Amino acid sequence: MVASRESNGNPGRIPALGARFLGLVFISILLMYFDNRDNHLDAVRTSIGAAVYPVRLIVDAPARIGNWITETTTSRSDLEQELKRLKAERLLTNARLQKLNALEAENARLRAMLDARAQFRDKTRVAEIMSVDANPYDHGLVIDIGSQDGVVDGQALVDADGVVGQVIKAGLLTSQAMLISDTDHALPVEVNRNGLRTIVVGTGTIDSLELPFVVNNADIRVGDLLVTSGLGGTFPAGYPVAIVDSVTRLPYEPYADVTAKPAASLGQVREVLLIYAAASEVQEASDE
Amino acid sequence: MNRDRASRRLPVLLSFLIGLMLTIMPLSGTLEMFRPDWIAMLVIFWAMQLPRTWGIGAAWVIGIILDVSQGTLLGQHALALGCVAFITVRLHLLMRVFPIVQLTATVFPILAIYQFLLFWINGVAGVNAPAMAYWGPVISSTLIWPLVMALLSALRYRVRSGG
Repeated sequence: MVASRESNGNPGRIPALGARFLGLVFISILLMYFDNRDNHLDAVRTSIGAAVYPVRLIVDAPARIGNWITETTTSRSDLEQELKRLKAERLLTNARLQKLNALEAENARLRAMLDARAQFRDKTRVAEIMSVDANPYDHGLVIDIGSQDGVVDGQALVDADGVVGQVIKAGLLTSQAMLISDTDHALPVEVNRNGLRTIVVGTGTIDSLELPFVVNNADIRVGDLLVTSGLGGTFPAGYPVAIVDSVTRLPYEPYADVTAKPAASLGQVREVLLIYAAASEVQEASDE
Repeated sequence: MNRDRASRRLPVLLSFLIGLMLTIMPLSGTLEMFRPDWIAMLVIFWAMQLPRTWGIGAAWVIGIILDVSQGTLLGQHALALGCVAFITVRLHLLMRVFPIVQLTATVFPILAIYQFLLFWINGVAGVNAPAMAYWGPVISSTLIWPLVMALLSALRYRVRSGG
């Protein structure tokens, strides 16, 4: 009865709907099973990801255009002011750098004396953030370079103030990264003041991290700077991660309740530095 | 004939493209929790209006694209959207004659099932998920549904007359 009201000639029943649905459910479950277990489907993911790339570009366009407009329409006096400020800053950093050069030389000398392995400066590369991952269950972002530029899974991301996250899926042109505030993210750190080693875990809140494995009598205070310890192998040592902002010691609990605030402003970054660790450098060299 | 078909599909594809953009657009923390399920709403609308062309097969393909762009398990959104399309196609004759209030009341449980499937698969795969992230999109999508419906109906009319 209702079917006769169809305007474009659709009969009411769609044939074999249930069978087709069951088939698709089966394929989906198979896909998810293989995708979850190992990385057989990475090639599929990469190729579809490349197809979605233009959409990402379009989504990103308004922000880029906005940036461009503000950059091109900045007034002369503003520019002059900024130039002055930057010159002053440069002078200051140069002065600091001189001291650092001396220190570095001294450090190298001391290390040579101790016969320790020299610490090389990490190779880095700037990447722009294209979008923040839409999935509310995890904290992630998408950056604008991929395996074409040598990005590999597990690569560390930092910004000017500290560690931001790590690459979890390197696509061809873009890559997905996980922020350190993700609940699935854990990061080996040490307290800069005394070398106390522990682990920082994300809480799912963008401006808070927790340290679940600090024993009650450990020497940790509010204001302590946590830096990467380099023990996990993913992050190179010595990058600032977070600053401890509360320590609650409960006498009846084995571990203290410690939270920290990320050093990097995770919610506001637009550019990040990718760190090419020594291992990937070696790999690249052997590829060439 | 072929041209005719292409011109009929174009507006639908365009609506999905815009939906995809809205889905991957960066939003700040609190808004993120209440981002409507644009793609799920589009699948419901088109499966209801043109169930032969935009049935479960199309929904599944769109789901795969969504999985890739959001970095979820391959097949997760595909399965959930396929389910949404299945229910909608089964009920499409009823839903077409529903008044808007009743239709919105029908869309709500479909979206809840959609979110539940995503949530459940996350749980099985061992991805941590805060419970409040479940209801946010369902509520915002249901609230915005009448508006989306009105916009898409205008587009739908164009598809029919323009084709």
